[in-house]
Amino acid sequence: MILRCLTLTLALMLCTFSVRAASPVDIYQFDTPQQQQRYKALTDEFRCPKCLNTNIAGSDAPIAQDLRRTVHRLVVSEGYTDQQVRDFLQARYGDFVLYNPPLTGRTWLIWLMPVALGVIGLVVLFGLLLRARKRGVVSLDAEDQSRLQAILEKD
Amino acid sequence: MNRTRLFIPLGVFCLILFVSYVGFSLDDRHELPSALLGKPFPDFQAPMLYDPETIVTREHLLGEPTLVNVWATWCPTCKAEHAELMRIAATTGVRMVGLNYKDVGSKARRWLADYGDPYELVIVDADGAIGVELGVYGAPETFLLDAQGIVVYKRVGDVNERIWRDELAPRLAQMGVYKGLAKDASIQAANTADRP
Repeated sequence: MILRCLTLTLALMLCTFSVRAASPVDIYQFDTPQQQQRYKALTDEFRCPKCLNTNIAGSDAPIAQDLRRTVHRLVVSEGYTDQQVRDFLQARYGDFVLYNPPLTGRTWLIWLMPVALGVIGLVVLFGLLLRARKRGVVSLDAEDQSRLQAILEKD
Repeated sequence: MNRTRLFIPLGVFCLILFVSYVGFSLDDRHELPSALLGKPFPDFQAPMLYDPETIVTREHLLGEPTLVNVWATWCPTCKAEHAELMRIAATTGVRMVGLNYKDVGSKARRWLADYGDPYELVIVDADGAIGVELGVYGAPETFLLDAQGIVVYKRVGDVNERIWRDELAPRLAQMGVYKGLAKDASIQAANTADRP
């Protein structure tokens, strides 16, 4: 009996937890499954302007709700293509909403930084390899050789 | 040679310290560059707060430089900036338009009755659709439009004395609206007199 109670409580706790942890649910109608898929992909793609590092699909913020509704309207009622939706939001909220910002005067640093760091890494690696090769294999002289032999035989 | 090499980690450490210092002192959360700067204020259709039958469009904002203030009664910062908006309206004669953003009409009217109404015109964006057109992501936001309806400045956050002095007043002076003279408060009195 106690066990049953416990299980029930646990199950209930899990229920409330999963409800609270679930991302916000809006109810939208779609004409076709493709539209729904595009809506899902697009809302996953945009960054919520108010909350740091959450996409608009996963945010509870009112502004994210508005943007989801806007994306739904653009996709279903206005028949926008994916790119048109992107342009629409970018024109209003700037590059910030795109998780994949275009290469422009202001963003070249974040695009080129990884490449630059990779090049620096390669240069350092080659430098180390070259130096190791230059040094070559160190050969043992007769004295070292006999010491080595002695150590080996000891065991 | 080996001696100087010992200082490389220290140098790297100092570099990291410097980058972090600069990086962490940037408060990028509230300062998204507005995509609307230099562009025309978008077309819209919105009812007036005091007269929901009347529809206001972009045309109503043209003709003279205008401050468009996005506000709501649920927004604490809007309350904080209200006194400054009242002061601007009372002393400068700059046209101010309020955009009541995702709010309840009765609450908004009540708020303006309680705290004073700095706006020549209050329009209603009940579902936030105009907010999306404007790229609003948190109230309060304030846009300065020139006479042609081009957005010349945008402030995200409260309009305070410093923002007025450093950002708004010089721009308005440049547009020939604000001469730095305290205008008669009769403008404000005339604005509120005909309100219910």
